[in-house]
Amino acid sequence: MLARLGHRLLAGLAVVLGVVVLTFLLLHLAPGDPVELLLGPTATTEQLTAHRRSLGLDQPLPSQFVTWVGRFARGDWGSSIAKGRPVRRVLGDAWPATVRLVTLSLLLSYLIGLAVGAVQAARSGSRTDTVLSVTSVTLFAMPGYWLGLMLVLVFTYWARLLPAFGAAGFDSDYLSGGGRLVDRLRHLALPLTTLTLIGIGGAARFVRGAMLETLSQPFITTARAKGLTPRRVVGHHALRNALTPVLTLLGLSLPALFSGAVFVEAVFAWPGVGRVLVEAVQARDYPVVMAATAVSAVLVVAGNMLADVLAAWTDPRLRTSAT
Amino acid sequence: MTRLLRDRRGAFGALVLLVVLGCAVLAPLVTSGDPTTQRDIVATRFLPPLATDTHGSFHPLGTDRFGRDVWTRLVYGARISMGVGLLAVLVSLALGVVVGAVAGYWRGPVSTTLLGVTDFALALPRVVLLLLLAALWRPSTTLVIAVLGLTGWMSVARLVHGEVRALALRPFVEGAVAVGAHRVRVLLRHILPNALTPVIVAAALGVGNAISLEAGLSYLGLGVQPPTPSWGNMIASGRDTLVNAPWVATAPGLALVLVVVACTLLGDALRDVLDPNVNR
Repeated sequence: MLARLGHRLLAGLAVVLGVVVLTFLLLHLAPGDPVELLLGPTATTEQLTAHRRSLGLDQPLPSQFVTWVGRFARGDWGSSIAKGRPVRRVLGDAWPATVRLVTLSLLLSYLIGLAVGAVQAARSGSRTDTVLSVTSVTLFAMPGYWLGLMLVLVFTYWARLLPAFGAAGFDSDYLSGGGRLVDRLRHLALPLTTLTLIGIGGAARFVRGAMLETLSQPFITTARAKGLTPRRVVGHHALRNALTPVLTLLGLSLPALFSGAVFVEAVFAWPGVGRVLVEAVQARDYPVVMAATAVSAVLVVAGNMLADVLAAWTDPRLRTSAT
Repeated sequence: MTRLLRDRRGAFGALVLLVVLGCAVLAPLVTSGDPTTQRDIVATRFLPPLATDTHGSFHPLGTDRFGRDVWTRLVYGARISMGVGLLAVLVSLALGVVVGAVAGYWRGPVSTTLLGVTDFALALPRVVLLLLLAALWRPSTTLVIAVLGLTGWMSVARLVHGEVRALALRPFVEGAVAVGAHRVRVLLRHILPNALTPVIVAAALGVGNAISLEAGLSYLGLGVQPPTPSWGNMIASGRDTLVNAPWVATAPGLALVLVVVACTLLGDALRDVLDPNVNR
């Protein structure tokens, strides 16, 4: 188990390094220059060269890359070219918002998705199953930014119930503790609902498939033959065994959720990493893009490893297998 | 084929896709006029669905802020969206089948390298990559197809690799080799046709996914550029007029959901029909 984890860790590090190299090359190969974008069309050639030198952009690419990796590893992530603020501060402000949004919606959508999928599998072929299947396929097919817009239309413009933009109201600093919490929750409601609804669609579809596969196994027949109640067969025997592929999917869907969050954050002006990344890419803000992709690559790899560990935890057979 | 159409999901998916593709191909026949024409903007903008403007033209889905007919743009947008989806999936299928087949058939360093590359590409955060690629170069329809194709081939490669590897050990392959068939011929004529079943399913699901991602990129302004209509940039332009003209954003979104659902259901039905092991 430990050797396997070590192996996975090495492979993960290789992936992160690969992502960083690729991002670096793409950024520098692509047309567009952060200094020109920053100083504008009226800047003279001398000003441009001077600014480039001050940012270290006149060095050859390999040496720029080595410098960046060295600094990044030591915790010096540089400063944003466009904003002038330290990259750590820019990302540090944005991460909590994204993590809050993504973890909550992951938890909610898997809890609800598990329940829906289990009910569907237990009543496979019934009218309930069909209705829930159509619903989950439709939810799964919805693009986050569009579902978000529709929710804004209904809950903000028509019902005037919930705010549509940002993570807190302009007056949130002046509210009492309880009021501030309510304000936060109200702002969280629409983005969270958007991501969760789409997540439920995917999770329920997958759980149903995994459950049906488990329910066709011989040990389920045995459990039924022993005279156990259907509830116990489905809830105890089948669900636990169907959990392994679901947990793998959970780990794998972490990056997908983050990418979904990029679009949803754009709709709701949610002050998270997705928005920072989109803005930074458009401004050719090299340090911010590099740091944000490096961190998200680490997250993706961590998600995959977490999925492995969780799978080994639910399924003892996986603990010793060599692959 | 009959079994596929007897399956309700398959029939629904095929019907929806046929109607949408038909509309897209016959766009000039089912719409009136050009998707980018703007006539009298003040008189014809923000007309609600089922309205007739002062020039006497009928707008089944209303008009947008430039007075352009939403139905016409939707149909012409289907050309772009479906075209991008299909072409992107073709690119990723071609890449995935070649990589998977080679890696599955020729063992050794070639296989190890190809599988390593596949696993690596699979671990890349796709949307980050899409954002980078699409944002860094001048956005265009060709770029969107290339980007979606180049980031979508890995799962196909894994599928084909698994199939080819299993098939290569079967007696009929051994037989083909024994009668002296060339290795390339064995792969192309005997193994690949048997390995393509999961690829067809993956393609059906992939088209829906690609259309969805194209719309996402266009929504962020990184994909198909206005005034060329694509469902994504139509939703984006409808976002700004959500309060006074909600139909501009609603119509392309509904079309998108319908097509993606159709692709998913068709894919599911195909899997059940093509896979004899599934018990019904």
